[in-house]
Amino acid sequence: MFALAGTAYGFKVLGLVLVGGRALPPVLDRCLALIPAALIAAIVVLNTFSSGQQLQIDARAAGVGAAVVAAWRKAPLILVIVIGAAVTALVRALT
Amino acid sequence: MKQMWRDEQLRAVMAACVTLGFAVGVFAISFGVSSVAAGASVAQTCALSLLVFTGASQVSAVSVLGSGGSAAAAFGGAALLAARNGVYGLAMAPHLTGRLGTRLVAAQLTLDESTAMAAAQDDPAHRQAAFWITGVSVYVFWNLGTLIGALLGGAIDPGKYGLDAAFPAAFVAILFPLLRQRRPALAAAIGAVICMVLIPFTPVGVPILCAAVGILVGVPAEPPRVLAVAE
Repeated sequence: MFALAGTAYGFKVLGLVLVGGRALPPVLDRCLALIPAALIAAIVVLNTFSSGQQLQIDARAAGVGAAVVAAWRKAPLILVIVIGAAVTALVRALT
Repeated sequence: MKQMWRDEQLRAVMAACVTLGFAVGVFAISFGVSSVAAGASVAQTCALSLLVFTGASQVSAVSVLGSGGSAAAAFGGAALLAARNGVYGLAMAPHLTGRLGTRLVAAQLTLDESTAMAAAQDDPAHRQAAFWITGVSVYVFWNLGTLIGALLGGAIDPGKYGLDAAFPAAFVAILFPLLRQRRPALAAAIGAVICMVLIPFTPVGVPILCAAVGILVGVPAEPPRVLAVAE
């Protein structure tokens, strides 16, 4: 557990503190600015369609799909979350 | 401070950051439940959240252990999932240039959530505020949710309430504002496809890291800004 805590913190420090504060070439700046978009999209996919190392389409896909519609219609964050969870729970209860 | 409260945009940012923290706390309940179900004690479960404080890694570690995997396998997947925080640190470094002590604290708060909320702001002051407020509120709610989940243990089934979908749903909401511009939208699409394709073929954690290939969209120089005004 402490090994994991140390490793996890190590990664965070590595990026932020060791490399941080230095002026980077513009091309690197442009790429780094895209990190959140690329990784968050991947996280959504991972948490919606995976179960361990398997692709799995289940109630979560319906819930997250509903969340996409809500976010697209500019619903507030809390509503998007509630809709996502509620639709997932509903589909799970019905299937 | 007074001036801060007059800033309406900042208030909206704060509200969104705290809401996100709350949603993460709800997800933490399901982590707490599954960690105890996997055989960890309440104290161990809470220690994981306080020290490791990287949701995806913790969830992965306890699910590997819970399904009978070895400690080494649990550690490997969790470490790979934690590696993306190093990438986030790189992305946040230009915006978090305080004293070393401050940056060491900021490092522990460098997460999916804080980086995403910061990225959604368009000026440096709001970006910093979003990072810190999100980081602190996620820390508080994540640990609170973990404790509640660990104490509830088998008394509730988080899946019944769709709590496992609360987390990706929150990220959908965070992601949408980032998609208004062409490059982040393209980077997101590439990241999502790469992740989807790699899930069945690579160890846990690898698909997310490989999704970072999407940032190569940023290699060509920016087009002239004249057209961007029309957007």
